[in-house]
Amino acid sequence: MAKHHITTTINGEEAEYLCEPQETLLDVLRDQVGLTGTKEGCSSGDCGACSVMLDGRLVCSCLVLGVEAAGKAVETIEGMADGENLHPLQQKFLEEAALQCGFCTPGVLVAAKALLDTNNHPTETEVRYWLAGNLCRCTGYDKIIRAVMDTAADMRGA
Amino acid sequence: MNEQPKQYKWVGTRAIRPDGVDKVTGRAMYGADLALPGMVEGKVVRSPHAHARIISIDTSKAEALKGVTAVITAADMPVADSKPVASGEAMINFKDLANNVLAREKALYEGQAVAAVAATTAAIAEKAAALVVVNYEVLPHVIDVMEAIKEDAPVLHDDMFTGGVKPKPEKASNVANRVEFALGDAEAGFAAADLVIERKFTTEPVHQGYIEPHAVVADMNPDGKVDVFCSSQGHFMVRAFCSQLLHIEMSKIKVTAAEIGGGFGGKTTVYLEPLAIMLSRKSGRPVRMTMSREEVFRGSGATSGAAMTIKMGATKDGKITGAYAELYLQAGAFPGSPVGPAAMTAFAPYDIDNVKVVGFDVVSNRQKVVAYRAPGAPISEYGVESVVDELASELGIDPIEIRTINAAKEGTQAAYGVKFGTIGFQETLDAAKATEHFKTPLGPNQGRGVASGFWFNIGGESCAGIRVNEDGSISLTEGSPDIGGSRASMALMAAETLGVDYHSIKPSVVDTDAIGYHFVTGGSRVTFATGMAVVEASKAAIDELRARAAKVWDVDVDGVVWEDGHAKPASTNVGDFEPMSLAEIAKVANKTGGPISGHADINAKGAGPAFGTHICDVEVDPDTGHVTVLRYRLFKMQAGPFIPPTSKVKFRAVLYKVSAGL
Repeated sequence: MAKHHITTTINGEEAEYLCEPQETLLDVLRDQVGLTGTKEGCSSGDCGACSVMLDGRLVCSCLVLGVEAAGKAVETIEGMADGENLHPLQQKFLEEAALQCGFCTPGVLVAAKALLDTNNHPTETEVRYWLAGNLCRCTGYDKIIRAVMDTAADMRGA
Repeated sequence: MNEQPKQYKWVGTRAIRPDGVDKVTGRAMYGADLALPGMVEGKVVRSPHAHARIISIDTSKAEALKGVTAVITAADMPVADSKPVASGEAMINFKDLANNVLAREKALYEGQAVAAVAATTAAIAEKAAALVVVNYEVLPHVIDVMEAIKEDAPVLHDDMFTGGVKPKPEKASNVANRVEFALGDAEAGFAAADLVIERKFTTEPVHQGYIEPHAVVADMNPDGKVDVFCSSQGHFMVRAFCSQLLHIEMSKIKVTAAEIGGGFGGKTTVYLEPLAIMLSRKSGRPVRMTMSREEVFRGSGATSGAAMTIKMGATKDGKITGAYAELYLQAGAFPGSPVGPAAMTAFAPYDIDNVKVVGFDVVSNRQKVVAYRAPGAPISEYGVESVVDELASELGIDPIEIRTINAAKEGTQAAYGVKFGTIGFQETLDAAKATEHFKTPLGPNQGRGVASGFWFNIGGESCAGIRVNEDGSISLTEGSPDIGGSRASMALMAAETLGVDYHSIKPSVVDTDAIGYHFVTGGSRVTFATGMAVVEASKAAIDELRARAAKVWDVDVDGVVWEDGHAKPASTNVGDFEPMSLAEIAKVANKTGGPISGHADINAKGAGPAFGTHICDVEVDPDTGHVTVLRYRLFKMQAGPFIPPTSKVKFRAVLYKVSAGL
């Protein structure tokens, strides 16, 4: 089967790849583009480890086809820090130890950023609901929620 | 708890973990993140039957598919003897392990691997896997533990006779082993009781549910050397198991620990690793294998489900006089449930004169169980603690009081053999009783449960190396896969011991060629055992640093002490020398004997037992049955400081344990 030639934008840079029509955006990012920060936990849209932004919308990249990214803007965990400067969420996650094994962390951070980009004053309930699609088996969630709340508070103060 | 903790400079500080930036930026390399040039993708063919004899396997169609580089079955694997072999700290039956990773004569559970393929793309490998034709004779199966012990149950292994009973049974059965721990006379204990309560409990198998599926890249060279990169709770375990299964010398296998995306006990064995090595050997190319989530649940082990009877008797004033437990734990398709620890921990929090615990290790057509969070203990303790609460309620004694009356303490003889030293269990009860939580009145449809628990904790083999670099920075090497921040703990302990800045230390979890054997990351042992190795290695480096300063000063090494990161004269008698910092000594190392390092290879002993007490308040909606957790508190004895309080593994693990338990 002929591969599709896709032109898209990934983390602000124009990117091209060839993909099979059945390949997911997750597979393409990891295997064709070499961005392995986006993780596969379930491939059924349940765990959120593969969360990325697609034209400003939070999606599970395992539920999006690689061909669907054509002409769109994809943002992944690799684009979150500005060079050596971590995003405030990344910094706060380190300071407050909101990760243990770190496998769900990229997806959690992408999702949390998506929340704070549109709502800089979320309630705890809003944070918990927003991140309900990101499973974490290590932390018990509490530290993740607190780190997101504290980041929002810092960003409002800044 | 009441002792004044020692003042530390680094241990207990809020250090950012050394692997942190990698993990929040997506740079950290987990099991599936490595791609090697020429790499092909492997896939497993799994049994669709819970119990079936494998009559034949036809791989020809799969092999003929364009892009396929190798197909393997059990015929490609050496036949292992059925006997327990020491492998690290564990005794492993490699015939069972071999059959679990690749079924030979029978498939014993739905999802068991029966063949594997490798191909240039994952899609071709999947297609090839579907082309492997396995001819099965489907057999009756059994998955319930109580069904499996029945006389007429389908027998999984016709060469398995219950161990631990005399005389040896004449008939094969699904009961692999019987264990018993006893103290005094349980029946006499019940006779002396005013109240005896007997209850039956069942628990379901729970999967560890790590978010990262199993993943490996293996590369076998034509000269027989093997490189393995995989996510596990012990890359030395992976090396040992692959060596035994495939008859490859350990020195020829180098395993590099990928970052690990959770394990909780479930990654203390091998599944894909030996298959990937075999496929690589046949393909002549590196092979990557990753499980899908579905494969994780079908093909890797959960913890045991169980059935049990718990019987306890007490006097009117709450003294427990007798206790009996009968435990049946699912082992999965091969022997080896955690029935031993379940039996040992069952009544361990209590000082009871008359105890009998009988446990049975029962095979059934399920995935072979693997460790999960204090394997066995939550299962038996769930039953015991439920009965203790019921005794308290029936006797009109508060649930913490009844535990206090019966609490194990220093000198208590546990039924499983040991006499406890200082254990701090009573302190957890006192702390629980003193909380507002325990005094909070309950409303309608609300209930309060109290439970105590015990776990052994272990030590085991660990190694560490401290290399003092030319610029005075420190490279710290060890070999315990870092599952939740242990690199930070190791660096803090090294900083504390050496008296240098935490940030000058770079800890690395190195491959199996680079350091000595480590037992797995598990059993709450890494901070203790690998930490002990790090402290010992740091002390060895300090001895060398003192010797070098002595050389510079031309004095006896005994005249040099190490304080706050500096070599100093022990007294004015030694001489009037300016203290030399570690960096200053490092700078002149080439003039005093060459590179400076310290190493420790240890088998850590003396891990202390852990006791804890939980209180949980819930409310039940009588219309829907929905249970809401209102309050949850847990109290654990803390012997020392948390190594880093931010990445404090214990605290976070505690939160996890509570949430996973709920």
